[in-house]
Amino acid sequence: MSKAAIEFTGVKKSFRNKFVVNEVSFTVASGECFGLLGPNGAGKSTIARMVLGMTRPDAGKITVLGEPMPERGRLARKGIGVVPQFDNLELDFTVRENLLVFGRYFGMSTRSIEAIIPSLLEFSRLESKADARVADLSGGMKRRLTLARALINDPQLLVMDEPTTGLDPHARHLIWERLRFLLARGKTIILTTHFMEEAERLCDRLCVLDHGRNIAEGSPHTLIEEHIGCQVIEIFGGNPQELSSLIRPYVQRIEVSGETLFCYAPDPEQVRVQLRGRADLRYLQRPPNLEDVFLRLTGLELEK
Amino acid sequence: MGEAFAAVLPANAWNWAAVWRRNYLAWKKVALASILGSLADPMISLFGLGTGLGIMIGRVEGTSYIAFLAAGMVATSAMVASTFETIYAAFSRMHDRRTWEAILYTRLTLGDILLGELAWAATRALLAGAAIAFVAAVLGYAAWPSVLYALPVIALTGLAFASLAMIVAALAPSYDYFVFYQTLVTTPMMFLSGAFFPLTQLPGALQQVGRFLPLAHSIDLIRPAMLDRPADGIALHIGALCIYAVLPFFISTALFRRRLMR
Repeated sequence: MSKAAIEFTGVKKSFRNKFVVNEVSFTVASGECFGLLGPNGAGKSTIARMVLGMTRPDAGKITVLGEPMPERGRLARKGIGVVPQFDNLELDFTVRENLLVFGRYFGMSTRSIEAIIPSLLEFSRLESKADARVADLSGGMKRRLTLARALINDPQLLVMDEPTTGLDPHARHLIWERLRFLLARGKTIILTTHFMEEAERLCDRLCVLDHGRNIAEGSPHTLIEEHIGCQVIEIFGGNPQELSSLIRPYVQRIEVSGETLFCYAPDPEQVRVQLRGRADLRYLQRPPNLEDVFLRLTGLELEK
Repeated sequence: MGEAFAAVLPANAWNWAAVWRRNYLAWKKVALASILGSLADPMISLFGLGTGLGIMIGRVEGTSYIAFLAAGMVATSAMVASTFETIYAAFSRMHDRRTWEAILYTRLTLGDILLGELAWAATRALLAGAAIAFVAAVLGYAAWPSVLYALPVIALTGLAFASLAMIVAALAPSYDYFVFYQTLVTTPMMFLSGAFFPLTQLPGALQQVGRFLPLAHSIDLIRPAMLDRPADGIALHIGALCIYAVLPFFISTALFRRRLMR
């Protein structure tokens, strides 16, 4: 890994006297995929906007691709591609026209844009849709076009705000596959997400945000090992209070979320013995994941 | 703060053209409907009022009423075209279509975007105004070739009104507020600027108000050009229109920076 693509040092931002980003520091190395994981309102999008130089921090220092932000945002943005949370494609334009118009915003000539359009269409699997109006595309196709658009200036860094929110599983997997392809080619990605599966699959490292604070940082694997480190049994269907006292002696820790009991069990067999014969209950044993980390750290469930 | 403001001003003298070209491409797809739409209303007014009232009024300032009115219509339609383009079309690109947001991801600045939008609104104004001037010239209500002098003035009028309307767009929370600008600012301005009747018909105090209005400066340049008469105070009128084009640009840039880049 060479030098840092993004550096946040003690960054603060408040709106109407309420901190949305509070003393956040992190570094994204070039070539890695870094995730900002947290529920809605945790400050993810504000951080993404600050990376782009669209929001000025109240305090702290931000450097992106070696440029201080937001002062030199225009320079940094030459090397950045953006996939926003809400599609802002040109609905009345064709796929090709969208790419053409966007390339011009980077000062590219019509000829040089037209030269790279075929490879962008191929990358986004939209070859057959080149002359279709964007309004007629499916949600997944629009997202892929937004991704192709973000690559028009051959950026080093991709900033993605909830890249797969609102997509069906098939479309989501296709986006993930495309992002891994970009990572393999050495691009740096920073993405915000509230899907722990997305974070686990794509991110080399991530930070968990809650109420604007960076509450944990590391690789998904390390975070899971450090904070959970044992099998999880989810139990639902019974009275959480009663179950809790039944099982507590056999587990490391129990979290109750809604009507579900999360039991962190170094020896899951002992728990299963207790549950045997209880037809009213349903349970499932699984390896720990980032959602457990989040639940552990905040006592809150990630929104699905 | 000064440094932050400087960072959103136009980055260079040509970046805005990319925004203009984007709007041109969108317009080309609906060009015919757009041209007919922006021509129909002023044409109907011109012939309706011009022939109907013209019979009762007779001659005004030494010309037929319809020829007098034609110059007012050219300036007014330039004002209306660029105002509409700004408060409805540009506002929708900023607000619900998020087009500006996408452009801000690129190397363009907010100032580049605003300049592109203003240039585009001025282009629309030029199309609308020139079409009426052309029809008037063909029908003999405007002098050829002196009517050509009106063209740059029409474009400048469009630029000035787009620039003013951009402040309104920057301040308005939603579309509902634009009707105030139209009914309280642009519509009264038509009556105070000599578009439909000579300013000398107004009480003295209102005549004084008229001297400061951008539409009045525009008409004072366009009418002599269309009637092939010598114009007074050309530099003053052009200067006034330039001030109306330039000053609001900086105000709206500052307002949009506060709105979009918090």
